[in-house]
Amino acid sequence: MKGLNNMAGAAGKLQWTRKDLLGLEHLSKEEIELILYTAASFKEVTTRRIKKVPALRGKTVVNLFYEPSTRTRTSFELAAKRLSADVVNIEIEASSVKKGETLIDTGRNIEALKIDIIVVRHNCSGAPNILARSVKSSVVNAGDGWHEHPTQALLDMFTLKSKLGRIEGQNVSIIGDIAHSRVARSNIWGLTKLGAKVTVCAPKMLIPEGIEKMGVKVTSDIKEALTGADAINVLRMQFERDTGGAFPTRMEYFKQYGITKEKLAGCKPDIVVMHPGPINRGIEMSSDVADGKNSVILEQVTNGIAVRMAVLYLVGLVKEGAR
Amino acid sequence: MNYLIKGGTIIDPSGDINEALDIFISGGKISDIGRSLQAKDAKVIDSGGMIVTPGLIDMHVHLREPGREDEETVLTGTRAAAKGGFSTIVCMPNTEPALDSAEILAKLKTIITKDAVVNVLPSGAITIGRLGKELADIKAMAKEGAVAVSDDGSSVEDENLMLKALKSAKSAGIVLIDHCEDVVLANKGVMNKGFVSTKMGLRGISRESEWKRVERDIALAEKAGAKIHIAHVSCKESVDVIGKAKKRGVLVTAETAPHYFALTDECCVTYDTNTKINPPLRTAEDVAAIKKALAEGIIDVIASDHAPHTDSEKDVEFDHAPFGKIGLESSLGVSITELIGNKVLTWKQLIEKFTTNPARILGLKNGMLKKGTPANITVIDPKRKYMITQDSLESKSKNSPFIGWQLTGRAVHLFVSGKLIMLDEKIL
Repeated sequence: MKGLNNMAGAAGKLQWTRKDLLGLEHLSKEEIELILYTAASFKEVTTRRIKKVPALRGKTVVNLFYEPSTRTRTSFELAAKRLSADVVNIEIEASSVKKGETLIDTGRNIEALKIDIIVVRHNCSGAPNILARSVKSSVVNAGDGWHEHPTQALLDMFTLKSKLGRIEGQNVSIIGDIAHSRVARSNIWGLTKLGAKVTVCAPKMLIPEGIEKMGVKVTSDIKEALTGADAINVLRMQFERDTGGAFPTRMEYFKQYGITKEKLAGCKPDIVVMHPGPINRGIEMSSDVADGKNSVILEQVTNGIAVRMAVLYLVGLVKEGAR
Repeated sequence: MNYLIKGGTIIDPSGDINEALDIFISGGKISDIGRSLQAKDAKVIDSGGMIVTPGLIDMHVHLREPGREDEETVLTGTRAAAKGGFSTIVCMPNTEPALDSAEILAKLKTIITKDAVVNVLPSGAITIGRLGKELADIKAMAKEGAVAVSDDGSSVEDENLMLKALKSAKSAGIVLIDHCEDVVLANKGVMNKGFVSTKMGLRGISRESEWKRVERDIALAEKAGAKIHIAHVSCKESVDVIGKAKKRGVLVTAETAPHYFALTDECCVTYDTNTKINPPLRTAEDVAAIKKALAEGIIDVIASDHAPHTDSEKDVEFDHAPFGKIGLESSLGVSITELIGNKVLTWKQLIEKFTTNPARILGLKNGMLKKGTPANITVIDPKRKYMITQDSLESKSKNSPFIGWQLTGRAVHLFVSGKLIMLDEKIL
């Protein structure tokens, strides 16, 4: 794994001090590199015959999910188990929240159960921030509203790094519903901190106001996003979304923005194609691309476990005083 | 009891007074204003180094009673008003039930008579239940003491109904206080639409949702020949629209709140729900425009838009929290700190926004220091430094984004209708 080892020097000096991982916006380049470096060593663990280390033995992790998610929850659950932590899953239907217990009360009850780490997925942006300041347990954001999905971006960067050797200077285009995407925001923060040149590409109505101030190039022209790109990250389109505004139809979207073999024809031949999943085949991406030689989509899933192990490990070992 | 306010500097914009004068109060009225007054049988209120002004007026307060006494009551809200230096407040009608009839206003009046420690003047609702469907009996409410009408918290969507309301308020001789918000354009947003909402992943409230409604309603007021007062102006474009209307002689006045010149949407980044306010905190550019408009007189009034909410209502996800913050006890301090401290306004201009101007807009006789009138007087220590803390608040709710702020300047003594209500920051 070229590249990852290069970080050992820089990352080795840094000690992780954060109780929580709420997003990538406020992390330093060095902190991100430390997570990726730590993930690299856990990746090795996941290839062993016995895929388990005692790093978090005796610690308890709760997966608190206010939004249905099989993939992210399973990934966190496996990551925790491979670190020998005990895991409990709690799923709460978002629609019942208003009548039921408040987020803060739920958090405090979980804390009273002596839980070390709360992994939270929530449909409201900022819910993990509110939870984190209400409890002493560590809080890891597993995706909040349109805000951030830091572990997804970290696994995207981990995958990119293993494919391209380095992230600095690479041209990465994020394509799809930028406005409503937490994956996009976390990727933008992380990639720009590591020195990538990031372009976001979407129909105008799906580009949120002021996004260029996050340090990205903005375009609605798919050709511009693809030409010269070293990697693309293709976002899931959610047509069921109630945006109130004009939304393209599935067919219109696929025709203009769907990633197909034809559209990739003029690109760098070894362009890395990523997708956070689950894929809508024939909408944001054609099957031949999703399953093609440039696709790293399944590697992303595999790397997700190593990256989440790294995050749980780092926040799990923060000294009590920081809590 | 007779009182002698001694040693202070009187600033009364109504008479263009700015000099060292004493005030003698007897029988609840101002009986003398003059140099080095001496009086036997009077309690002397030492006001050396202080500024003595007409009792301050806050024309935009939510007292929550009746209906939401868990958030605020007439008693706690008026104590908060007193602490903030206000002798007179206007309470908004978005109570439960809404203040939409003379009968309900009469009931409220009995509570006010019993509990209020400052003068409380109600605003009636424009429409029944504030639902924007059917006009309330504005004339009857004016007779029962409503000094204004407003559907504050909601805008009247129906243009014809709004025109009727303006005509009706005009014939009743009271002002219409307008909450300007096009809910379609506001698009269920929770904070200002812009870079900060984008990075926070929160739904944005566009600027158009405010200023386009300001523009519409000013045009309607012009058509009706009626007075209109634009509440809580937050953005640059609204200022421009109001400025232009004033130039062509429309009977429009406007207010802003301290948070619109002291805070920006950057304050929301921690998802602190006390920064969730409607209209939302805007940008540094808007803050500059609001300050300029205050200095130029385009914005006439500073009002707190005191909007109490309980901790349990506010301690939730940003999306789920109600809009609003308390402000009675920080309004003057934040204004002095930001506007006098940064030389945006002169003292006379500042006091005008808290006294003469709201009095003129509401058609009140107070807002001035005049012999023979009821003694509503605020004494301000312009140099006193203090911090806003949760424990210092009289308000029943503690939802203030200014908690922890260091301020300079506050009200220390307060007379309401000749009664000494606050002495050296302590409510008596």
